[in-house]
Amino acid sequence: MKVSCPHMGHLHWMLDDLFERLGVDYVKPPPSTTKTLTIGAKHSPEFACLPLKINVGNFIEALELGADTLIMAGGHGPCRFGYYGIVEERILRDLGYDFKFIMLEPFDDGKWAFYKTFESLSPGLSIRKLWKTLKASFSKGRAFDEIYKRSLQVRAYEVNRGDTTRALKEAEQVLVLAYTPEEIEEAARESLAIIDAVDQDLDREVLKVGIVGEFFLLLEPFSNFGLEEILGHMGVYIERSVWVTDWIAPNRDNKIYGFPKQLVEEKAAPYLSHNVGGEGRETIGSIVLMAERGFDGIIQLLPFGCMPENIATSIIPKVQRNHDIPVLTLAFDEQTGRAGLVTRVEAFMDLLLARRGSKLALAGAATAADAATKQPSLSKL
Amino acid sequence: MDVPAKTGYLGIDVGSVSTNLVILDEHASVLAAIYRRTQGQPIKAVQEGLKELVALLEDQEIEVRGVGATGSARHLTGIIVGADVVKNEITAHAVAASLVVPDVNTVLEIGGQDSKLIILRDGVVTDFAMNSVCAAGTGSFLDHQSARVGIPIEDFGSYAVRSESPAHIAGRCSVFAESDMIHKQQVGVAVEDIIYGLCHALVRNYLNNLSKGKELIAPVVFQGGVAANAGMKRAFEDALGMEIVIPTHHDVMGAIGSAILAMEMELEPGETSFKGFDVSDLVYDTSTFNCNGCSNICEVVKIKVEGKTLARWGGRCGKWENEDAPGGRKRERAPVGA
Repeated sequence: MKVSCPHMGHLHWMLDDLFERLGVDYVKPPPSTTKTLTIGAKHSPEFACLPLKINVGNFIEALELGADTLIMAGGHGPCRFGYYGIVEERILRDLGYDFKFIMLEPFDDGKWAFYKTFESLSPGLSIRKLWKTLKASFSKGRAFDEIYKRSLQVRAYEVNRGDTTRALKEAEQVLVLAYTPEEIEEAARESLAIIDAVDQDLDREVLKVGIVGEFFLLLEPFSNFGLEEILGHMGVYIERSVWVTDWIAPNRDNKIYGFPKQLVEEKAAPYLSHNVGGEGRETIGSIVLMAERGFDGIIQLLPFGCMPENIATSIIPKVQRNHDIPVLTLAFDEQTGRAGLVTRVEAFMDLLLARRGSKLALAGAATAADAATKQPSLSKL
Repeated sequence: MDVPAKTGYLGIDVGSVSTNLVILDEHASVLAAIYRRTQGQPIKAVQEGLKELVALLEDQEIEVRGVGATGSARHLTGIIVGADVVKNEITAHAVAASLVVPDVNTVLEIGGQDSKLIILRDGVVTDFAMNSVCAAGTGSFLDHQSARVGIPIEDFGSYAVRSESPAHIAGRCSVFAESDMIHKQQVGVAVEDIIYGLCHALVRNYLNNLSKGKELIAPVVFQGGVAANAGMKRAFEDALGMEIVIPTHHDVMGAIGSAILAMEMELEPGETSFKGFDVSDLVYDTSTFNCNGCSNICEVVKIKVEGKTLARWGGRCGKWENEDAPGGRKRERAPVGA
């Protein structure tokens, strides 16, 4: 049995670990590229959102590599996501592929079914062993989340452009090798130290920007043109509201983000008091939370046509007014040209700089522009 | 020559549809302005534009003290002409509007491919929006429709202002708009009313897409190529119930803004990176390749001049930019937030 699963940011590191522990052969789809998207878009319904198209591309590329068992997460609630696995299976069957398809429904939707799904992958797996395995893989997944989170903050201060990204690659390799709980704990410390060791100029004044929105767009850099790296290279400190392990964890404590779901929901309550699917409510709550914490601005990411995020978008002007915080909304679809994105982001940074109290937007703009041209690498952003 | 050279600032805005160049004097007055079509060839458009600019200046000696580039081809342009400032068009437009109307609160800008709404308070940009997914509210659509009704785009406005009862044209989608227009034509509605109806539809589309929750306060400046259309001005005034200011050089405001940004750098004589007006005679060659350095497989653009690589860019990590930059990859980076 050769198992595969679509990409979602750095989830694949955790899956590597999980499948190794379960003794399952994991076919990692090739990293998502424009080719993946082209394949996915060709075979997906036009009105489906971007994540589905990338999923389908990942699946097809994995099938070509010999995968025979495909796993897709399920779910419920007023968002199309829970239905995606079904649609994806249908698309792939219509294309003539032969495979076993497994919908992994959330733990909370049925513990027994959840266990049986894993048991079907690894016959004879005991509940106890599954529990231990998930716990170990999760702790590794969290360690990965932690280094990515730290990198978003360190990159803003890095002295040599690209150092943080290089350190991140090195840190990943340290984590990959860890297996026992003790090793994971040690590797988690060591990998964070690698990120922290990046040469930084801590006196630099940086803009603090929060990234909120739909989970896939937030987690998968391919889908958002590597926005976080673009911002980081502009010298922007970033925090993000969704993390891989926070998102798949059955509990609601948001260990990586640091603010439990309940708190986020409370913050959203004056504007949106119930679940609208996806991250609609979390987006609103996180904007409020980040505004209260003194962020300069917020960027909201969504796949074009995403219903929950569109609901959030329509509420944002009110949140913006009440909390006096600028929000830039960016919708993503099949485009591969990033000029439009960069223009908007650049202008947004000008706006945030101007608000920081540079005497006049123009003065601030001129300084930023100065930095941009004197440093060709920056001006390319 | 005994006449001392005048100090000038060059601003270049290379957009999808038009390429605009201006020379400002030291008091930010326009000495010369060029508006020409990009026609999908930004390098050629800049080169031709520079030639035209020189011709327009005749024998006035200009000492270019600073150069700014903006528009979607700003990076490419910046490399070719040697720009001192490379800045996005939203900021450039805001800067230019503030020059013309110092207390401007709202800037409406409609260009060929995109439209922008910029909100300023006390000279500072506080909010902006740019259309993202739909061409129905842009100049290209007007262009397309003018060709369809057989009236040159330049005359579109004069037809629109003659209309007494605009036809209702759907504004949400250009396909809907077009089918509405065809229907109205077939039942015999006057062409003036159809054209003015179309202007209304565009304004509705623009306001629906961009002004969500934003307060549009006078003074309102309307700029961009589409501002030449008197019908659009009239439709905006109808919709907003206020007077709209159209600057004299409304079609080259992005270029003016970038020239002002260059001026604000206060460079000393000779400090500019400007490569001179002769760059219009050089032969540039651009190509792209996929970088296989990592799994991102970025598309990297390479530009060569006279067989020599001038610049490479476009990857996510900045590796190619760094390698081409003086000093290699160990250069210190200036903070944006400083």
